[in-house]
Amino acid sequence: MSRLRTITRRSFIVGSAAIVGGVAFGTYLYKRDLKNPLLEGLPPGAAAITPYVKIDASGVTLITPRADVGQGAYSIQAHMIAEELDVDLDTVQITPGPPSPVYYNGVVGVEAMPIAATSETLLARTGRGASDVAGKLLGLQLTGGSSTVPDMYDRLRMAGAVARETLLAAAVAQTGLDRDQLKTEAGAVVLPDGMRLAYQDLAAAAAEMDPVTEVTLRDPSEWRHLGKTQMRTDILPKSTGTQTYGIDMAMEGMVYATTRTNPAQGGDIMGFDAGRAEKMRGVQAVLPITGGVAVVADNTWRAFQAVQAVDCDWGPSPYIGDTAAQFEAVAESFTDDRQDSRFRDDGDVSAALSDGEVLQAEYRIPYLAHAPLEPMSVVVKLEKGRVDIWTGTQIPRFMQANVAALTGIDAENVHIHVLMSGGSFGRRLEDDYTLRAVEVAQQMPGTPIKMVWSRDEDFTHDFPRPLAMARARGKVSEGQIAAYDLAIAAPSTAESQMARLNQPVFGPDIAIVAGAWDQPFAIPDYRVTGHRVPAMVPVSSWRSVGASGNGFLHESFMDEMCHAAGVDPLEERLRLCTHAPSRKVLEAVGEMADWGADLAPAQGRGLAFCLSFGVPVAEVVEVSQTDAGLKIDRVFVAAEVGRVLDPVNFEAQLSGAVIWGLGHAMNCELTYRDGVPQQDNYHLYEGLRLYQTPKIEVRGLENGGKLRGIGEPGVPPAAPALANAIFAATGQRIRELPLSKSVDFA
Amino acid sequence: MELTVNGTVHDMDVEDDMPLLWVLRDELGITGPKYGCGIAQCGACTVHVDGLAVRSCQLRAADVNGNVTTIEGLGTPEALHVVQAAWVEHQVAQCGYCQSGQIMQAASFLELNPEPTDDQIDAAMSGNLCRCGTYPRIRAAVHSAAARLRGA
Repeated sequence: MSRLRTITRRSFIVGSAAIVGGVAFGTYLYKRDLKNPLLEGLPPGAAAITPYVKIDASGVTLITPRADVGQGAYSIQAHMIAEELDVDLDTVQITPGPPSPVYYNGVVGVEAMPIAATSETLLARTGRGASDVAGKLLGLQLTGGSSTVPDMYDRLRMAGAVARETLLAAAVAQTGLDRDQLKTEAGAVVLPDGMRLAYQDLAAAAAEMDPVTEVTLRDPSEWRHLGKTQMRTDILPKSTGTQTYGIDMAMEGMVYATTRTNPAQGGDIMGFDAGRAEKMRGVQAVLPITGGVAVVADNTWRAFQAVQAVDCDWGPSPYIGDTAAQFEAVAESFTDDRQDSRFRDDGDVSAALSDGEVLQAEYRIPYLAHAPLEPMSVVVKLEKGRVDIWTGTQIPRFMQANVAALTGIDAENVHIHVLMSGGSFGRRLEDDYTLRAVEVAQQMPGTPIKMVWSRDEDFTHDFPRPLAMARARGKVSEGQIAAYDLAIAAPSTAESQMARLNQPVFGPDIAIVAGAWDQPFAIPDYRVTGHRVPAMVPVSSWRSVGASGNGFLHESFMDEMCHAAGVDPLEERLRLCTHAPSRKVLEAVGEMADWGADLAPAQGRGLAFCLSFGVPVAEVVEVSQTDAGLKIDRVFVAAEVGRVLDPVNFEAQLSGAVIWGLGHAMNCELTYRDGVPQQDNYHLYEGLRLYQTPKIEVRGLENGGKLRGIGEPGVPPAAPALANAIFAATGQRIRELPLSKSVDFA
Repeated sequence: MELTVNGTVHDMDVEDDMPLLWVLRDELGITGPKYGCGIAQCGACTVHVDGLAVRSCQLRAADVNGNVTTIEGLGTPEALHVVQAAWVEHQVAQCGYCQSGQIMQAASFLELNPEPTDDQIDAAMSGNLCRCGTYPRIRAAVHSAAARLRGA
């Protein structure tokens, strides 16, 4: 870390975003001048010392470019800057800023590479550096992959420190005092006599100076924000109904629109009759859009009513339309010619499994919708070669490019104003809803269009997590797991999703095997093979992406083999574990759950582990059989993230991930008939409710190492831990999700 | 029709069957109550009518027989209601989209039952869906608010 502490003037000229990447990875070969977008239109007397800190007469604005979709990204980014800048967060503005290449994500690309998080080989380190280079060259401004904390940790503290030191230099120039006589506190430089020079009063002078670039980041022992209990910056507005989400945006002259597109995925609209709808109260227009129609009215409910009154002639879906047939396509893909990857191939699995008793099992996991509680919504205004868009999004620059391509308007005239999202779970990595609204706006230039989808439109036009199957074979010998051969077949998330972002994809899709091939276990004969199912309905990233299902596939069979070997599942994982932080996580969860202690006869305890996004997570679920059905009593979670920056939100994210993982495993699936999703609201896609929520105990381990994000890694172990607990309690081995197909829950 | 919302009387010209939710959001610009499902499955639209929690997406405008209170009328950032204060203290919200409804449900419930058991809290709050999984902190916040309401 010491190399990161000091940065040179020369490198700062490149822009502070470049410094971290450059110093961290020891290369400047790709550097180019990244323009600070805050300088554009900056009024006299205002300073934008770095792309992350803007100061003008009204005060200090912190730019937190990673989107907040509920995971607390704005708050943690603001605390990172404030840790060095010395401002009170209740007195500053916090904004995600404009789309800009300067806000590229240098970390998320690693998830698309076959580099195990536990690997420190030269190839692995070079690959991680390449992610930074690629992220920068592509201007990959993307929120996802639990990357916000690892990507921004140095960058934002550095930005805060550079701004602070530059303001101090301005104060030195103004007062004639020495730097050492001054200190900073709560948005002001404090003089020896206690007089305070507010940052905004120093902004004009600071703007005229070259930024101070030799800064020392504070040692964690000096921290006042990070690692301490913090108040998330959005808690107060979110507890008082005053948080403005995309769906709440309002402006003068705004009209209300909704869409109805072909519920058969990818199907076209052959024609429509708007006669009835056009006569309905408040309806201003019924307009064609890609794959369907939009109604523009003076009230969302009137638009909802009217769009249902449009008679639509739907074309067929071009995809395999029924879930049974979709699973057949998956089952047919365990072939050599559809082999996509084999990143793990230890020992000689074929030889090991060529004779003797071979355990075999087949698993299935369904398509899953994101269904964030805020349905897709956006406000668009298009006028005179300019488009303004207000919405929640994780991909502002891709959205900008796609809108530019759709409208023919230059990207620089496509202005994305990112608002808080009412959940996402990956849904707002897509921009389809915005493109449909832009199509409406093109037909009504000058009028701000607020488009809100109905819940059924949202459910039936999601880009779900793909379905998958696994075929597992294994062998146990002398009370140990001796061989493990796991083959997974799934459609490619990357192939589908990246095509919509106009991004090239090369080689194997890591998502097909993520959370399975890269686990830190040394089994003598151990192989994980990915098979790519030819594309079916469009799919996308869903909280924890490939690992979301692969954790279930890998850990269910692990449990089966432990039971076949007659070995304790925790002891066997500890024996096989090759990664010290993972071992500590397993030990911690065992201690928390009092693993091995007696349970009542109707109870059972299940363990699962998954290392995803660089974070090892182990979970123990306890269930009991009751007259009303299976009840989840308690869950214990241990995770290693290097350092916990916000203890309250850390616990919230992990317990939320457990609830997300359990709820979907219990009762959620998206099935299709003639290409139409059969679940169109929450009564058919329940998730977990409060009465079913177990007591959840969370422990964050901080054994140094790299900082990691925690939004996703808690998800993958939840489903297998629950299924393994059900087996322990009932003897019933469930190999297909959702579990409610096989058991009743209380 | 006349509608009293957060103490203000409004003369509304809307269809009898327009759900109260859309009267509030699109006619009056009161956006604390949220649209989540439209079929009383998520509770994000919960408001009070004469102090009782109702799903405003299911209540026809013509059937509103009482004073409507939304989250904006329950308390403000400057003057929090006891339940809101508990929500802040426990940092319940993640995306926050369901929390207006959760808070309105909890406030109405605690008014009727200031000493709830865990089971009663579970029963009262299980109609409110939270996709982020904030339930453990909702439980804790309801207990905190109950204790404060009792003067404990």
